[in-house]
Amino acid sequence: MGNVFVIAEHRQGLLRDISLEMLTVASQVTQQNGGDVVAVLLGSGVDSLADKLAGYSDKVLYVDDPLFADFNAEKYQRVLVELIKQNNPELVMIGHTTQGVDIAPALAVEMKIPFVTDVIQIEFADGKLQPVRQYYQGKVNANFAFKGESPYLITLREATLEVPEPSKKGAIEKIDSPLKEDIEYRRFIEYVEAEVGDVDITQSEILVAVGRGIREEKNMPMIEELAKAINADICGSRAATDAGWLDHDRQVGTSGKTVKPKLYIAIGISGAFQHLAGMKGSKTIVAINKDPDAPIFSVADFAIIDDLFKVVPKLTEKLKELKG
Amino acid sequence: MNTFVCIKRVPDTSEAEVKVDASGKDVDSSKFSFDINDADNYAVEEAILIKEKVGGTVKVVCMGPKDSDVMIRMALAKGGDSAIRIDDPRINVIDPLQVAKVLAATIKGQEFDLVLTGCMASDDGNMAVGVALAEELGIPHAAMVKKVELGEGKVKVHRELEGGLSEVVEMNLPAVLTIQTGINEPRYAPIKGIRMAQKKELKVLTLDDLGLSENDVNEAASLVELKNLYIPEVVSHAEIIEGEPEQKAEILAEKLVKGGLL
Ligand SMILES: Cc1cc2nc3c(=O)[nH]c(=O)nc-3n(C[C@H](O)[C@H](O)[C@H](O)COP(=O)(O)OP(=O)(O)OC[C@H]3O[C@@H](n4cnc5c(N)ncnc54)[C@H](O)[C@@H]3O)c2cc1C
Ligand SMILES: Nc1ncnc2c1ncn2[C@@H]1O[C@H](COP(=O)(O)O)[C@@H](O)[C@H]1O
Repeated sequence: MGNVFVIAEHRQGLLRDISLEMLTVASQVTQQNGGDVVAVLLGSGVDSLADKLAGYSDKVLYVDDPLFADFNAEKYQRVLVELIKQNNPELVMIGHTTQGVDIAPALAVEMKIPFVTDVIQIEFADGKLQPVRQYYQGKVNANFAFKGESPYLITLREATLEVPEPSKKGAIEKIDSPLKEDIEYRRFIEYVEAEVGDVDITQSEILVAVGRGIREEKNMPMIEELAKAINADICGSRAATDAGWLDHDRQVGTSGKTVKPKLYIAIGISGAFQHLAGMKGSKTIVAINKDPDAPIFSVADFAIIDDLFKVVPKLTEKLKELKG
Repeated sequence: MNTFVCIKRVPDTSEAEVKVDASGKDVDSSKFSFDINDADNYAVEEAILIKEKVGGTVKVVCMGPKDSDVMIRMALAKGGDSAIRIDDPRINVIDPLQVAKVLAATIKGQEFDLVLTGCMASDDGNMAVGVALAEELGIPHAAMVKKVELGEGKVKVHRELEGGLSEVVEMNLPAVLTIQTGINEPRYAPIKGIRMAQKKELKVLTLDDLGLSENDVNEAASLVELKNLYIPEVVSHAEIIEGEPEQKAEILAEKLVKGGLL
C-alpha cells in the first residue's frame, strides 16, 4: 500500500503520547502491507521533536516556522491540504484528541475524502484497510470500509496501546511552510492552567471514585462515609464533576487527572474510554456497577455487579468492623 | 446575536443491554429511552444565556424522527424562539459529514452570528458534525468550548484541552462552536414556558425543501460504508464476587483488608 501520514501532536514544547501511539499503529499497518510511515510535524523550534519522531518513522516531514508557534486548527488545515495533495499518502492519521477533532472533520470536508472518527483498530479485509470504531460508549463495535480513492482519513483513539522503544531512524526533511501569512479570522491568545484544589488526587494512595450512578448529590454522604472509613480521597467521573457533586480538580480522565493509586474503587461509573485512560494504571481496581456490560469491568480486578445502594453501605460497615 | 443550536435525540444506553438487530448494521432500539444529547443540552443553555445577555434569537435545528418533537419543545420552553426539524429517511445518518451537509443546508442563507452544537453525540461519539458544519458554511470554528465571551464582531472562547488545561482562542463571527459539557448549569423548563412552547413555530422539512438531492446525502453518496456491527468481547480478568448484595460487600471488604490492600 501507499504511505501513512501521521500528523504529530505536541503542546508547550512536548510531544503528546498520541503521536507515538499513532506511529506505532502506522508501523504495524505498513509492516504487513508495505508503504512508509511519514510523521508530519508543524511547529516552531521543534528540531528535538523531529528527532524523537524519527525513531518511530521512515521519514519526518516538518515545518519549523513561527506561524506554528501555537496550535491553530485553521492554519493546520491549510498546510495539511497542501502536503496531502503533494505527497498523496494512502492513509492520514490524526489523533482523536481535542486538537485532532478540531482539525480532521473540516479537512475531510474540504478535501472530500473518506473519513472515519475515533478508530480503535485498523484491520485488513480483501487487501483493504478496514477501520474499526465503536458506538454507544463502547458497547458495540463497527467495521467500516472506505469507498473510492485514497487518501483516507481517520482520527485514532488515544491510550489504547503501549508504545515500544524506538526502532527506526527516519530521514528528517525540513520544508518551507506552504502557508506564508498568518490568518486573522482565528487567533490563539493564551493557555489557561487548571485550577488547583485542596487535595491533589494524583498523589492519593486510595481513591473512591463516583459516577452518575449515584444519581443525586444527596447520596454523596454515603460515599464520603466509605472514603472516611478507609482513609481514601474522593474523585469522580466527568458526569460527577459536571453535575457539581465534586470540584473539577477531582475529575479523573483525559480531560481531568491521570491517577495511579494503590486502590481505586469505582462506584456507578460506566468506564468510558476517556475515564479509563485516567485510571487504568491503578494498582488494584474495584468496580461496583449494576450493568454487567459496563466497560469499567474490562480494567477491574474485583467486580461487583449489583446495585451500589445495597452494596456500598454494607461495604462501609464491614470495613469499619474489620479495620476497627 | 442570532444563534442556531443543533440538537440530537439519543438513546440512554448506559444501563441498557445493546443488541445488534437482524440487519447486522443497526441495533435493536425498541427498549431504549431517548432524550436530548448531553452536550446539546448545555449548548441550548449557552444559546439562551447569550440571548438573555445581549438579545437576539435562538433557533433550534434537529435532524430526526417525529419523536424528537418532545425534546425540541423543551428547548423552546427554556427560551428558544423557533425550531426546524429535518425528517427524511433518505439521509444517511451514519456519516457525520453527510449530517453536517444537511444541517448546513438548513442554516445557510439565514441570518446568524453563531451556531452551537454539542462537542459529541453520545450514541455515535463522532465529535465531527460541528466542525464539518463550519467547513460547509465556510466560517471559523472552535471545538470543545467551555467558556464563551462575546465581543464586537468577535467571540473569544476557552477550548478545553487534555489534563485540565485550556486555550483561549478568538474568532471572527459568524462562527461555529462545539460545546463541551459542564460549561453552564442547564435550567429546567419553567411551566409557563412549556405552555408557550406549544405555540412556537416548529417547521418540518425534507431534502426537497432544503434544495438537496438524495444523491448528496444518501448511503450511496457516502465515502465510507458501515459493513457490520458486533458486540465486542469484554476481556476481563476481574474476579467477579458472587452472592446477595450484602454478602458481596462483606466478601469484598475481607479481600481488601486481608489482601493487604488497605
Ligand atoms: C472530550 C471529552 C473528554 C472527556 N473527558 C472525561 C474525563 O476526563 N473523565 C471522565 O470520567 N469522563 C470524560 N468524558 C465523558 C465520558 O465520555 C462519559 O460521558 C463519562 O465518563 C460518563 O460518566 P459516568 O460513568 O459517571 O456516567 P454514565 O456513563 O452515565 O454511567 C453511569 C453508570 O452507573 C451505573 N449505575 C446506575 N445506577 C446504578 C446503581 N444503582 N448501582 C450500580 N450501578 C449503577 C450504570 O450502569 C452506568 O454504568 C469526556 C467526554 C468527552 C467528549
Ligand atoms: N441529527 C442531528 N440533528 C441535529 N444536530 C446534530 C445531529 N447529529 C449531530 N448533531 C450535532 O452535532 C454534535 C456532534 O455530533 P457527532 O459528531 O455525531 O458526535 C451533536 O452534539 C449535535 O449538536
